Amino acid sequence: MSGKPKLHYFNGRGRMESIRWLLAAAGVEFEECFLETKDDLTKLQKDGSLLFQQVPMVEIDGMKMVQSRAISNYIATKYNLCGKDLKERALIDMYVEALIDLNELLMTHTFKPADKKEQHFATIVDKATNRYLPVYEKVLKDHGQDFLVGNCFSRADVQLLETLLMAEECKPDILAKFPLLQSFKARISNIPTIKKFLQPGSQRKPPLQEKDVPKLMKIFH
Amino acid sequence: MAGKPKLYYFDGRGKMESIRWLLAAAGVEFEEEFLETQKQYEKLLQGGFLLFQQVPMVEMDEMKMVQTRAILSYIAAKYNLYRKDLKEGALIDMYVGGTDDLMGFILMFPFLSAEDKEKQHAVIVQNTTSRYFPAYEKALKDHGQDFLVGNNFSWADVHLLEAILMVEEKKSDVLVGFPQLQ
Repeated sequence: MSGKPKLHYFNGRGRMESIRWLLAAAGVEFEECFLETKDDLTKLQKDGSLLFQQVPMVEIDGMKMVQSRAISNYIATKYNLCGKDLKERALIDMYVEALIDLNELLMTHTFKPADKKEQHFATIVDKATNRYLPVYEKVLKDHGQDFLVGNCFSRADVQLLETLLMAEECKPDILAKFPLLQSFKARISNIPTIKKFLQPGSQRKPPLQEKDVPKLMKIFH
Repeated sequence: MAGKPKLYYFDGRGKMESIRWLLAAAGVEFEEEFLETQKQYEKLLQGGFLLFQQVPMVEMDEMKMVQTRAILSYIAAKYNLYRKDLKEGALIDMYVGGTDDLMGFILMFPFLSAEDKEKQHAVIVQNTTSRYFPAYEKALKDHGQDFLVGNNFSWADVHLLEAILMVEEKKSDVLVGFPQLQ
């Protein structure tokens, strides 16, 4: 009896993007309410909508959910994207948490001051190609299945695709040494709900441009 | 048939402490291997024990689990300190997320310069008293129950206690004004 989930955030990726991906993958339509000014945020804070005064916030099933992990967990559990038992869930959680770490590196790049950008870029490439990507390549190689866990589409696959695409935005040939990740990327992108989300005009957000950073700072600082 | 969980970390709190708290709360005995030298860490790395080359790592139920949040979720679920249903799970996750963020401010404390420590101390106190503690105080006040969620002891309660004690170490009277939390 509840309507569509309603997402409260600024009009950009940030900590809401993984939630958008998950809803889209699950085939769930959602609405968005964009914070454009500091007043928009203050209004939400004052009316008690934000448990810890922060966004992301998602109105879903009669709740005003905050904390991106909590929201993602709820959606993934509700739409059966977390594996079929405790151990599969554990594996999915491990894979997803590491991808969150990598996402954090990728996302903070735009905010780095000019003199730190080059070094940060080197760190991103190093960590991606030596720490994270090899793990997922090996997982796919070892079991030879289409999906990361339990031969079943899960939130780990969604998160991995999201991160792979973001990594490529950072360095287009970053997947050069990872053939299985390349085929994973193609395969998961072809899943109908995901394919739809990857079309122009979807609710997927573009990467943050440097010129947008000041506006963002005004809302949150 | 599994033995006790075995925790691999340095001999200190860091990211492993919440895991110790949760196992203890669940009444689960565990062993610890403390990393004291670079060599020990490299041995773990070379043995392929650390999926993303990082600790914490917990050996349990035939898995070598990494990523703090994954480990905590697994333990909480296994010992019934987690979601009885979808919505309770959501609440627990939200509350744990908050205390996680709060403890995150304190976690980095030892690594800061003296000057930054003072600033960070103010940040911790400010966030605790105006953002986080009020939320938990209100939750307890509103339902009047003994535990944060579903009138049942859960991961959220363990985590909150851990956070309260940690903040009290920084400011011993921080619970003044929060009778429910007391």
